[in-house]
Amino acid sequence: MLHMKNDYLADSLLQVGKHHFQSRLLVGTGKYKDFAEMRAALEMSGTDCVTVAIRRVDLKAPKGESIFDYIDRDKYTILPNTAFCFDAESALRTARLARELLGTDLCKLEVLGDTKTLLPDPVATLEATRILADEGFTVMVYTSDDPRQAVHLAEAGAAAIMPAGSPIGSGQGVLNPNAVRIIQELVDVPVIVDAGVGTASDVSLAMELGVDGVLLNSAIALAQQPMRMAAAMRDATSAGRNAFLAGRIPRKLYANASSPVDGVIGRAAEIAPVS
Amino acid sequence: MKLTVNGDVREAPTDATILTLLESLGLRPEIVAVEVNGELVPRVTHGERRLAEGDRIEFVTLVGGG
Repeated sequence: MLHMKNDYLADSLLQVGKHHFQSRLLVGTGKYKDFAEMRAALEMSGTDCVTVAIRRVDLKAPKGESIFDYIDRDKYTILPNTAFCFDAESALRTARLARELLGTDLCKLEVLGDTKTLLPDPVATLEATRILADEGFTVMVYTSDDPRQAVHLAEAGAAAIMPAGSPIGSGQGVLNPNAVRIIQELVDVPVIVDAGVGTASDVSLAMELGVDGVLLNSAIALAQQPMRMAAAMRDATSAGRNAFLAGRIPRKLYANASSPVDGVIGRAAEIAPVS
Repeated sequence: MKLTVNGDVREAPTDATILTLLESLGLRPEIVAVEVNGELVPRVTHGERRLAEGDRIEFVTLVGGG
């Protein structure tokens, strides 16, 4: 199915399992000043898929508004995560609670190794992916940029592979573009760069590599002006995607004139450089 | 009877169900998912599911996250 902006900008939709997304930018809902700012930034970003976390209800905090009240489910697909789970069992329980809470089969699976790096634990991640896929979840798996692990995850039933560009919240961008490109060549499911984005050029670079999407949170939420950064990320996603589809020119060591080399005034044709 | 709710021990009437406990805590049942002793309890059964002395209950909801 083609999403026709016009004849020149036709693109396919991002498809993960049975879910389709208009935008290739997925945005987190954490760390905003308040829910109102979050809602406005999500709108500005153009996303239609937002991540949320599952946590104990705070029984001591004043009751009242919930993030539920600020996410229009007719407009956004909600992607619950298993963030800050450090073993497969906790991640599985969290995914099942999220399914009960939201009636969704989507799960952004994170099984982390330690609190300092927040890097994924590859063994527990693989184990949890297999179980959730068997239980019918559409599992979008946070992983390192290891191409072989990506293959294992896809074989275990992952619906999307989500390599970290760099550590979560680090803002370092995509540290190993080659690995991300290799992952794409090795797996048939969508590849979405998740984590590490700092600014718009990081998003464009990822999209120019040909990944199917980018997921980010802190880069917008913690920017000095979240609304402006949300617009920048929206535009960077689109710019990078179009640049990838357009097909860039090869890199060359030496110059190659854009203007005609013949007919320059006062310059004899015979001494013009031979191309 | 004593129940452990989100890690804290609380008193509840002996005829408490998940739904009455949610309501007594002022929670909105439609935005809470529930585990009892590590097992997920589907929302449709919250009204009939009786709680027992010593049950460990988790009430979870959505929060912002990436």
